[in-house]
This record gives sequence, C-alpha cells and structure tokens, in this order.
Amino acid sequence: MIGFVLSLLTLSAFLCLFRIGSGPTPADRMVGIDILGILVVGFCALFAIITGRAFYLNIALAWGLLSFIGTTALAKHLEGKKFDE
Amino acid sequence: MSELAGKAIILIGALFNLFGCIGLIRLPDVYNRLQGATKCVTLGTCSILLGVLISSGINPMGLKSLAAMLFIVITAPTAAHALSRGAHKSGIPLWEGSVVDKYEEES
Repeated sequence: MIGFVLSLLTLSAFLCLFRIGSGPTPADRMVGIDILGILVVGFCALFAIITGRAFYLNIALAWGLLSFIGTTALAKHLEGKKFDE
Repeated sequence: MSELAGKAIILIGALFNLFGCIGLIRLPDVYNRLQGATKCVTLGTCSILLGVLISSGINPMGLKSLAAMLFIVITAPTAAHALSRGAHKSGIPLWEGSVVDKYEEES
C-alpha cells in the first residue's frame, strides 16, 4: 500500500520533470520547479511513516521554506526587478 | 483503526498529487497550469501530512506534520500568485482561447 503511494508520487515527480525539461517559456519551468518542491515535502512525510523516524519531517519543513523562498525569488526575477526594490 | 484511516487519507492525497501533475502536463498555457497544479498539489500534500498526523497521533512527529501542513497551506498559494504576476508582467501571452484578462484591463 505504501509502495503504491510511493509509485504514484514518483510518477507525479517524473511528470513535473517532463514539464521542467520541455516548458515552452521560462515561466513553465518555474511552475514545474515550484510543484516539484511541494511534492518533495510529501515524499519526506512518507519516508517518516515508513521508517518511523521524526527527523524526516524536519527536512520537510526546511524544504518547504526554501522552496517558497526560491519560487518567490524566481518570480521577482521574472518580473524584471532587482531584489531590493 | 486510526492506522487504516491515516493510510486511506495518504492514498487520497497521492491521487490528488497525480491528478495535479497530469494537469501540469495537459493544460494549454502557464496560467492554466498554475491554476490546476497548485491547487491539486497543495490539497494532496496537505492530506498526506494529515494522514501522517492521524496515523501517528499527538507526538513530536504528528505536531511537526501539523506545522508543515499549516506552512504549506499559507505559502503555496502565495508563491503561485507571485509567479503568475511575474509571468503576466514579463509579457507571456495567454492561451488563444482565453476570453477575459482583467489584470490587463485594470493596470
């Protein structure tokens, strides 16, 4: 059952990688990176369930934070502004 | 009992993640992809974390999972909004079947 869930999530991650590789515009690739960052949080939660160790959820929290900051910086870059305005 | 309920919610969340990523592949332009993928993947990941909380109970693992869930609910729509605003300002065109562009009319 957990293996089936892991295979579903892996398929989702490969679909995201396809969009990152073949996006027609840069914004498409950024959307793929954002979605892949949220998927990794789900992966970390599943690893916490499988192994029974709580530190994978620390990784999930930190990954969510860094993914949010990265996506915001990419959006700012896409808008054509510098980071201090 | 709570083990079974947690696993069922985790399965539902993984299915939502898969549907969101299919939307990321199938939809025609950037704004539609953001719309479909962000909503589905946010709900799916939050329900995976809720399944971890239910199946592990109130202990450090469950509480960290709850914190991650609240964080994802707050930040994922914010990031998607910033990304779509940046894409619109950088001049990426809408799909030719789009019928209205309120942001262009009002700015």
